[in-house]
Amino acid sequence: MTDLFSKFDPMIQMRADLLATGVTDPFGLVMEKVISPTVAICNGRETILLGTYNYMGQTFDPDVIAAGKKALDDFGSGTTGSRVLNGTYSPHRDVEEALKEFYGMDHAMVFSTGYQANLGIISTIAGKGDYIVLDIDSHASIWDGCKMGDAEVVPFKHNDIEAMEKRLRRIPEGAGKLVVLEGVYSMLGDIAPLKDMIAIARKYGAMVLVDEAHSMGFIGPNGRGVAEEQGCLDDVDFVIGTFSKSVGTVGGFCVSNHPKFEIMRLVCRPYVFTASLPPSVVATAATSVRKLMHAADKRAHLWENSRTLHKGLRDSGFQLGTDEPQSAIISVIMPDLERGAMMWEALLHEGLYVNLARPPATPANMTLLRCSLCALHTADQVQTIIGMFQRAGKTAGIL
Amino acid sequence: MDRAATAEKIAALIAPFNKKDIAVTDATSFAGDLEFDSLTVMDFVAAIEDEFDIIISMNAQAEIETYGQLVDAVVKLQG
Repeated sequence: MTDLFSKFDPMIQMRADLLATGVTDPFGLVMEKVISPTVAICNGRETILLGTYNYMGQTFDPDVIAAGKKALDDFGSGTTGSRVLNGTYSPHRDVEEALKEFYGMDHAMVFSTGYQANLGIISTIAGKGDYIVLDIDSHASIWDGCKMGDAEVVPFKHNDIEAMEKRLRRIPEGAGKLVVLEGVYSMLGDIAPLKDMIAIARKYGAMVLVDEAHSMGFIGPNGRGVAEEQGCLDDVDFVIGTFSKSVGTVGGFCVSNHPKFEIMRLVCRPYVFTASLPPSVVATAATSVRKLMHAADKRAHLWENSRTLHKGLRDSGFQLGTDEPQSAIISVIMPDLERGAMMWEALLHEGLYVNLARPPATPANMTLLRCSLCALHTADQVQTIIGMFQRAGKTAGIL
Repeated sequence: MDRAATAEKIAALIAPFNKKDIAVTDATSFAGDLEFDSLTVMDFVAAIEDEFDIIISMNAQAEIETYGQLVDAVVKLQG
């Protein structure tokens, strides 16, 4: 018998080698108690959280929590059904209304996760004979959406406008075209030149989908994302987003002004063939989304945190993923996985949690320590974090 | 462009990526013999696409394992 698991042997070996060095398993962290959006007890130690996507710190907002508790009391723990059958309760409709208000768009469709939103929309709208042109550093959910559909998939070099245009130009006359971009690329925390890219996509008659998962709530004058910031949101056909980052719960969505958009509810399989979100989840999301429309102070503080951490780490001698802070993600580039894991562990001992990101999730096979800031990190916490990085950097031999 | 001329151009484009100077035949595989990783594949495919002004989609790439198969695919894509 061929062991179907033998294909995983290289990964099993890589993991064994890493753990054999004696480091704590970077992928086995458990938070025993969560004290606030920025602090938790991890392995018995009070730890500052700098590796969550809780950008706007909404998870413990009293209004958000109250909305969830009320929905739990009023509607029960779950829907036990698909959105198109018995799984649409009034809170599901309400959160879609909240999204339409937030983005100023005509249609909003909520999925059970952000992953499913990309999977569903991309695989459904681009069919046989159509072309998907996408950035090579796209998120796994975008790639999986491509793989699940029947369209021709054509990647281009990250953020390379010329490479994108060449591919659009070569697509046969008459074929349907979908350009897929992200506002913020979450590994390095860099943003896309959406304005220029979308103008070119339009010139070639392509529809445009932008994933704004890592920008919602704090990029753009109304927190609608990078496309809003760059003044090109009106030229985006489909915005994909998530509730599991700034919104502070779980779920995914697509908003659009396409006049035929509502048909997606019947033809999009990852929407139809899964249970809808629990009512408490969509109620927390609706409250949080509406609060994010009036969160200018939080937004300003998050940007202040991002600038302070970026400068502090760069001045300490770390190599960062971007020359300037472009989002709430600051990526610290590690020389290799082993030293990256050592540094990750040294930080954990200091009382700081960051994400250890390694290939294949990372571009160019890099090992990264990914720091994502929260609007509720205090200025003091950010200074503490910089000190922790300096000490851990010396311990791990990075500095 | 005929097969021989296409093959010659592709061979020239492989050269800068052929770090170990492997002798390339129709049966030479990109992943196995030439040890192309995903980053090399992206750069190499872009070079071929630019040279012949064609698109080799991921779907088409999945069917191409060897130099010979690539030459055949490029001949076909040029129409």
